[in-house]
Amino acid sequence: MSALLYLIPIAVLLGLLGLGAFLWALKSGQFDDLDGAASRILFDDDPPENNKDC
Amino acid sequence: MRATRPDAESPRFDLAPYVTARPDGRAALTLAVDGLHCAACVWLIESVLARAPGIESARVNMTTRRLRLVWRPGEADPEAAVRRVAALGYRLIPFDEAGADDAGAARQRALLRAMAVAGFAAANVMLLSVSVWAGHVQDMGPATRDLMHWISALIALPAIGYAGRPFFRPALAALAARRVNMDVPISLAVLLAAGMSLVQTATSQPHAYFDSAVTLLFFLLIGRYLDARSRGRARAVAANLLALRARAVTLVDGDGATRVVAPAEIRAGMTVLVAVGERVPVDGRIAAGTSDLDTAPITGESVPRPARPGDTVLAGTVNLTGPLRVTVESVGEDTVLAEILRLVETAEQGRARHVALSDRVARYYAPAVHSLALATFLGWWLVLGAGLQAALLNAIAVLIITCPCALALAVPAVQVAAAGRLLRGGVLIKSATALERLATVDTVVFDKTGTLTQGRPTLLRDGGWTGDDLAAAAAIAAASRHPLARALAAAVPDAKAADDVAEVPGSGLRRGAVLLGSREWCGVDAGAESEGPELWLARPGAAALRFAFRDTPRPDAEAVVGDLLRSGYRVELLSGDRPLAAGALAGRLGIARWRGGCTPAGKAAHLAALAAAGHRVCMVGDGLNDAPALGHAQASMSPADATDIAQNAADVVFQGERLAPVAEALAVARRSNRLVLQNLALAFAYNATTIPLAMIGLVTPLIAAIAMSASSLAVVGNALRIGRGTRR
Repeated sequence: MSALLYLIPIAVLLGLLGLGAFLWALKSGQFDDLDGAASRILFDDDPPENNKDC
Repeated sequence: MRATRPDAESPRFDLAPYVTARPDGRAALTLAVDGLHCAACVWLIESVLARAPGIESARVNMTTRRLRLVWRPGEADPEAAVRRVAALGYRLIPFDEAGADDAGAARQRALLRAMAVAGFAAANVMLLSVSVWAGHVQDMGPATRDLMHWISALIALPAIGYAGRPFFRPALAALAARRVNMDVPISLAVLLAAGMSLVQTATSQPHAYFDSAVTLLFFLLIGRYLDARSRGRARAVAANLLALRARAVTLVDGDGATRVVAPAEIRAGMTVLVAVGERVPVDGRIAAGTSDLDTAPITGESVPRPARPGDTVLAGTVNLTGPLRVTVESVGEDTVLAEILRLVETAEQGRARHVALSDRVARYYAPAVHSLALATFLGWWLVLGAGLQAALLNAIAVLIITCPCALALAVPAVQVAAAGRLLRGGVLIKSATALERLATVDTVVFDKTGTLTQGRPTLLRDGGWTGDDLAAAAAIAAASRHPLARALAAAVPDAKAADDVAEVPGSGLRRGAVLLGSREWCGVDAGAESEGPELWLARPGAAALRFAFRDTPRPDAEAVVGDLLRSGYRVELLSGDRPLAAGALAGRLGIARWRGGCTPAGKAAHLAALAAAGHRVCMVGDGLNDAPALGHAQASMSPADATDIAQNAADVVFQGERLAPVAEALAVARRSNRLVLQNLALAFAYNATTIPLAMIGLVTPLIAAIAMSASSLAVVGNALRIGRGTRR
């Protein structure tokens, strides 16, 4: 059962990592326009200067 | 009825007050975009602005329909950028970011954060719980089990403290006001489950409910977030429409100089300048200038009225052909426009009394659940003589099992799925309870001009003129912005505007010796009264020719009206236009009940009479004169090119040339109502089977987890069915 002593902290840490990534994405405004974001992938000639600021 | 929207209606905004300085030295500006339909519009606007010099970033948010511009001060001209987008046909209105809907956006983000935390905790605790459940049937020792429980507690308790706040706060507020809402049983179940599990863990008992508590929170937060998102979208659209209303007014000072002021600064006796394409801001009398006025927004007449010095003008009408100086007679609250707005407000106060279905259910649900839990506790403790802790454990199991998980998802999941489906069809839901109200409608009342018809005249083909005559007339007409001239020019797709055309506002156009305009302008004395909108073409040495126009119905109006009648709706036509015109259209579309010559108050009164007779009415209209009726109806819709005030008063705004979205919205509303009821039935059926089990103490954490997840998934899956099905 000593494997648990490694497994559980690793599982929790990985979970926390995912949580942190999500919170970062949320904070940087990636969830502000879900409708628009869904279609943005279809814009082919997205000019680079448009992407600097969200 | 629609105000014909000239292209040049929007410019002349002073952008400076709306520009905000950003910490990094850049300037930013947010504008509401009117006429944004789909992702292609987003792409078009962004690509045009990407080529604008000096603009660093231009991003359109499709959810809120707003454009955000960022540039370095001094390097870019935001007004030029705005003009570029306006030239594409979109109206841009500077938006004050310090608006109230920031609170809504912040709330949505807080809910998402809470949801993420709850999701993280739920996944990890569930991982541990599954081990414990497996351990029950295998050989896990009590020490390992307790360790698992303690780690679960370590993850679950802080997560509940953080993610539970969106429920705890309203629950406390409700209790402080001596009321019960849905948040009270939720908070109680989550807190009791967590507290009880902690005691169980500390006393080394086999069962702990940490997984139930956090999973519960996770599911409930999903429902809350979906709900907040659909409300947020509705609120953003409403806020954009409000921004449209606050217009600047050009004041003419005593010495002839002009300056732009806020509408509030205008007093009676002052003189204001109304440019071509602008909406008249005051009630007054024309001091100088001649023009044509589009009075459709107020009176519903489809033909523009010539305006000369001395004529009275009403706020809300649109100046079409020449600049006017207007002496102000009444402003603000005293205008006819403000009177209409007051009617709208009164009407909407009546509608605000509609209580959402989920709130009505909650009113009975919370007390029922609490009495059941109390009965379980007392029954086990006093009647069956169980220990205090065992009795409490069973009571908590009842609370967890009945926690309105499926119930809290039942309504928002359907609403989000239905709103998403309608949005793809160009229908925007503005009010949170619109679908519920639309579902019970049995009568549909249409306005005429701009709703059943396209709201703009089209040339009648059979007029005794030849193609050459038409081409000659179109070349002249293309130089004007008058609706009839534009309709004439539109009839010849490749018409080139002649450049030697002079326009005499209020009368017509002149190109050399050729005249195009009203019958007086062309010197025709035809004797007979005109049947509808018309233009005359007078050329030297030839008889004057008459071009007649008609406001054609929307392409699918007849089919949609037929559909509605077949589906059992009572369909009526209520128009401010002349009874003759209203009756003709009603006859053509097969509407048996119609009424013409209605005033705005008359329309509202008719709706009140219908409501009093027990009908549930959906009003479809687009003009200022429909706005009170829109507010009065049980539910209301307006086309996306309707006047701003009508869109504001309506629950649903639909886009495009066709009328089909009206029938589609009604059908989806009925279907979503059916799904909501099915979902509620599912949730109750689930409760009816699991509550007895919980009361007799058979529910272990494993059974609770399975039952809860199964019921939630069933409800969400059922809701998603609305996204499929027949699409027109």
